[in-house]
Amino acid sequence: MIYFDNSATTKIAPGALQTYQAVSEQFFGNPSSLHVIGEKAFHILEQSRQQIADLLGVDHDEIFFTSGGTEGDNWVLKGTAIEKRTFGKHLITTSVEHPAIIKSMQQLEKLGFDVTYLPVDQFGRIDPAELKAALRPDTILVSIMAINNEIGTCQPLEAIADILKDYPNIHFHVDAVQGIGKGIQEAIFNERVDFVTLSGHKFHGPRGTGILYKKRGRHLAPLLTGGGQEHDLRSGTENVPAIAAMAKALRLLLTDETEKVHRQAAIRERLFNHISQSDKTVMFSQLTPDFAPHILCFAIKGVRGETTVHAFEEHEIYISTTSACSSKKGTESSTLKAMHVNEKIATSAIRVSLDEYNTLEEADAFIKAFDQINERFKKINS
Amino acid sequence: MQYTEIMVRYGELSTKGKNRNDFIGRLNGNVTKALHEYKQLRIHPKRDRMHIVLNGDDAEGVIERLRHVFGIQNFSPSIQVDRDLDSVKEMALAMMKEIGKPGMSFKVNTRRSDHNFFLDTNDMNRELGGYLSDELPELEVQMKKPDITLRVEIRQDAIYLTNQVIQGAGGLPVGSAGKGMLMLSGGIDSPVAGYLTLKRGVDIEMVHFFSPPYTSDNALNKAKELTAKLVPYVGGIKFIEVPFTEIQEEVKHSVPEGYLMTIQRRMMLRLTDQIRAKRQGLAIFNGESVGQVASQTLESMMAINDVTTTPIVRPVATMDKNEIIEIAKDIDTYELSIMPFEDCCTIFAPPAPKTRPNLDKTRFYEQRIDVDALIERSLAGIKVTEIKAGDQFLNQDEEIIAELL
Repeated sequence: MIYFDNSATTKIAPGALQTYQAVSEQFFGNPSSLHVIGEKAFHILEQSRQQIADLLGVDHDEIFFTSGGTEGDNWVLKGTAIEKRTFGKHLITTSVEHPAIIKSMQQLEKLGFDVTYLPVDQFGRIDPAELKAALRPDTILVSIMAINNEIGTCQPLEAIADILKDYPNIHFHVDAVQGIGKGIQEAIFNERVDFVTLSGHKFHGPRGTGILYKKRGRHLAPLLTGGGQEHDLRSGTENVPAIAAMAKALRLLLTDETEKVHRQAAIRERLFNHISQSDKTVMFSQLTPDFAPHILCFAIKGVRGETTVHAFEEHEIYISTTSACSSKKGTESSTLKAMHVNEKIATSAIRVSLDEYNTLEEADAFIKAFDQINERFKKINS
Repeated sequence: MQYTEIMVRYGELSTKGKNRNDFIGRLNGNVTKALHEYKQLRIHPKRDRMHIVLNGDDAEGVIERLRHVFGIQNFSPSIQVDRDLDSVKEMALAMMKEIGKPGMSFKVNTRRSDHNFFLDTNDMNRELGGYLSDELPELEVQMKKPDITLRVEIRQDAIYLTNQVIQGAGGLPVGSAGKGMLMLSGGIDSPVAGYLTLKRGVDIEMVHFFSPPYTSDNALNKAKELTAKLVPYVGGIKFIEVPFTEIQEEVKHSVPEGYLMTIQRRMMLRLTDQIRAKRQGLAIFNGESVGQVASQTLESMMAINDVTTTPIVRPVATMDKNEIIEIAKDIDTYELSIMPFEDCCTIFAPPAPKTRPNLDKTRFYEQRIDVDALIERSLAGIKVTEIKAGDQFLNQDEEIIAELL
């Protein structure tokens, strides 16, 4: 079995799972309870927060726990819209964001907010100059993803941060769900960045966990009001075992990060060099350093992506059409559309996404399977 | 640096004439206790200094422990070399390289207890100083107030080199001034008072009042954890828990609100004094600071102090809150002290306690409670535990959590 669909989700790390179970058993109290059982749960919750803050190089009071990437994205967008609506109603994002951003923006548009969707070039990248030109006196938020989930483009976060230094009142959000542990932590936690969204299950943590970094001094209206947890900003009883497991998964992820990133990049390079030789393939991801080390998106011309996914499945190799969120609906990739990729080719796109546990041997097995599949499709595709 | 010996200079005790031997003996005992984990080293207490020969034990760890021992003015880790000039030069160069930074000044200061050595002190200063300034041109030679003084001690057996003087904790060896009881609440002031008491050579035992369920286990554990912070200065401290619930309930029930606090304090002082007498203490210490709160006005002190003639020493009596906080931060008790667990000084605190209680009225209202019986029952319930270095009370899950995360 070869699992090459890590951008959809990752397998929980055995250590994180052990933590989940141990914390569920030994620290089952509600962190808000006054008695010693609640006290214990509170303590491990805060230790988890501290560990995550240390790993990310921020302060513990800048870390908020969420249910995942979707909640983080929704919270920053809608929370900013509510908090800053009297200062302006203009928001800026890119046309290649995850649906958690795009759909939230569309919802805000219905409420009277004005959204600019920045176009991208043929590599899925925005032009910082266009961002600068889009800024208005009533702009309240700029939300840019760190790494595109479909083809792996790294957005120019540092150049964007440089521009936004002259606009200190605008909230700058980075959706880094695909970006953590991929060697770009410095760019993500750039000093101009105000908010960062992370998702636990993308780095071998449990489902239903996420982290929102909120820079101290920035204000965000809560989406979930109630019992006042998370400094009154995100009510709901804290998911202590899952949060502790996520803290552990993050520590494991960031141990020897550089080495792990190199290993993934080497696998991707081997795959790219082989697949790109075929005249039947189109490569959407590139080998240049402004692409993530773990995502490779390409198409076998004339074959629907879904068919290719199933063909690999026969070899016990698990990949996806572009994003997991849209693959079952059969909708075409929004990123490729924004890149003006021909619609027919776009429906053939598939995505290979790696984690730090994949090996070069798996890459070789993939290549062998690819050759067989590619050969077989030539019959229907000449 | 692989230090071979640590030379300890005595503090104030050097001036104490006849008592000198007592003090040195006491300090020797305290140093031995502080270093008990180190099995190889040998302690040689001499009349003017103490030499700790490490025999391979970890110098860093020993230095860390010595910093907390009262009665030490300062100390210098040193390295033993053979009695030949080349060995001295080689080691001196290595030592200077380790701590010397460009632009710093230095001098060589030689002492000779072996007058048969072929170089006299001036020769050695000149030889070694010249060599070092040739080898390390970025350092400057300076006779008056140099940044680094390299001390060379020529003894019969070997030559000893040292270039650091580490400040000790000062004060007097703990125990040399006898034993007292410290009334420990959980606030900022009483641990500081405890530290200052230890510094003057007094061995202390903690007296802590607790009133479950009005005070939580956390408040008790916090007081124990504060005690643990002071343990490194002594090696071990007895912690005495005194049950206070019944007295507080009784006082609250029987005494007018304005005198609640004053009479509670009198009860605390009576209890502490009886415990002191039983445990052969000579005085009572507390963290009162004049005028800080209602119970600490001079009138209140008079009304409370009325129950005993035992000396009550108040080490922080004349300090400003900020001065106290500064010491609390130095001895690492501040963060603990500000944890918000209610202690028995704050429960039942009346909205308007008398800041100028009248002594006669205090005595009058106190007759409404059965002082002797209450005291007797409370004393029957005291619990004494020995708190040692590294004991944890508040976050006992620390290690489990570290493993889980």
